[in-house]
Amino acid sequence: MFKKVLIANRGEIAARIMRTCKSLGVAAVGVYSEADIEAPHVKMADEAYLLGGSRVAESYLNIDKILEIARFSKAEAIHPGYGLLSENTEFARRCEEAGLVFIGPSPEVISRMGSKIESRKVMEKAGIPIVPGIAYPLADAEEAVRVAERMGYPVMLKASAGGGGIGMQMVGNADEIYKAFAGNQKRATDFFGDGAMYVEKYIENPRHIEIQILADGFGDTVYLWERECSIQRRHQKVVEEAPSSFLDDVTRSKMGEAAVKAAQSIKYRNAGTIEFLVDENKNFYFLEMNTRLQVEHPVTEEITGLDLVAEQLRIAAGDSLGFAQDDVKREGHAIEVRIYAEDPKTFFPSPGTITKLSLPEGPGVRHELAVHGQSVVTPFYDPMIAKLVVRGKNRDEAIDCLQEALAHYQVEGIKTNISMLQKIAAHPAFRAGDTTTSFVAKYLQGN
Amino acid sequence: MNKLTANMAGTVWKILVKAGDQVEEGQDVVILESMKMEIPIGAEFDGTVKEIKVNEGDFVNEGDVLVEFE
Repeated sequence: MFKKVLIANRGEIAARIMRTCKSLGVAAVGVYSEADIEAPHVKMADEAYLLGGSRVAESYLNIDKILEIARFSKAEAIHPGYGLLSENTEFARRCEEAGLVFIGPSPEVISRMGSKIESRKVMEKAGIPIVPGIAYPLADAEEAVRVAERMGYPVMLKASAGGGGIGMQMVGNADEIYKAFAGNQKRATDFFGDGAMYVEKYIENPRHIEIQILADGFGDTVYLWERECSIQRRHQKVVEEAPSSFLDDVTRSKMGEAAVKAAQSIKYRNAGTIEFLVDENKNFYFLEMNTRLQVEHPVTEEITGLDLVAEQLRIAAGDSLGFAQDDVKREGHAIEVRIYAEDPKTFFPSPGTITKLSLPEGPGVRHELAVHGQSVVTPFYDPMIAKLVVRGKNRDEAIDCLQEALAHYQVEGIKTNISMLQKIAAHPAFRAGDTTTSFVAKYLQGN
Repeated sequence: MNKLTANMAGTVWKILVKAGDQVEEGQDVVILESMKMEIPIGAEFDGTVKEIKVNEGDFVNEGDVLVEFE
């Protein structure tokens, strides 16, 4: 195992990774921006270094500075967390060149899976079902219309490099494509430096169900069941749970086996997630692969009893998995909700200063926090300030626990989405498992 | 003087008008970026742009003046 690891991230995930480092006796090096001087992950680090200004380009995306700190602090490995540099091919390559272990897959795999068009090709070749669509970049809106008319409306217009819902739009006719094409292409170019667009068939009333996998460097790959993350706003996840109430055991194993096959086909190493869309008839289609730890990984930890960060560190340090598929437990039910600093109705962000933070405690309640009682929530980063994770013996018990915990979750000084989460948790449709991606639009908007 | 102010802290991502432009109520004038989200700031009335008080890339606080109108 490593003696010292640098965590090239911020917020709750940096603090969460450090917690595991401590439990394994690994020293944790933190990095921070000017805006994050008082952040929990800085206090928690064994040693912490200033990266630079508050904007991510001046701090958390500054590869040179991060590598310099790694050298200076004598860290042996770098954990990139999620977001920021976690799926940045150049960063992974530069870590390797500097003799540091990048805790994740190889730069080549990150690069291939980072392009949605390329990853669709790879998965199709490996025999994994993909959403019907094209496997080449569109020249212009006219071509998008031609493809869409062949496929049948509605279709999803998507940016190959996209993520977080940016550069993606459902379109129902040619007019909508003409209106949407240039704007989404520009947004993809601005955000991701790549304006390649493609078209996919729109799956009606889909669920977003993903499979967590772990792969060691010796060819052993296992799946750690699924997470259902269908409830979203602005194409970003809000509620995640494991297991999915929608899957039967046959579909569950088929999806798990497909995920393992997908990972093995690209010689994947470390933790990864294969995202699928699942239609009303339980057909599943490959959507994308995330080559990193996911925000929602705690629900998998709660039902399997595994510490995914510990597994990541062990694999990166050269250990073999040490367990087989049949050893992976699945017990109880876990739900995670993301607490966002935002208006619960318009979803516009709400930066500001937290004046009070009071958290529910009790059996089955877990917190992951990016803030503390007097934190300033700055406009520089993602609006997620915390995650609440609950578990129960079954889904009903987990929902009861969630409702109870949310009733006592208090954040003052900024707007949060807690009232929206309370509505979801209390909604009969949520209890009944009608959790498609249109949940928020169908059940929460307009009241 | 009629002014358009930032409704939250963030970075000026795009300025969509220039001095002398006629704008209509509701028309997007500036797009802020805050917490990784684009926040369009629309004109609250019809008018003519007198002066743009910020540049793209500037950091603004809630209440800062973005655009002045005649």
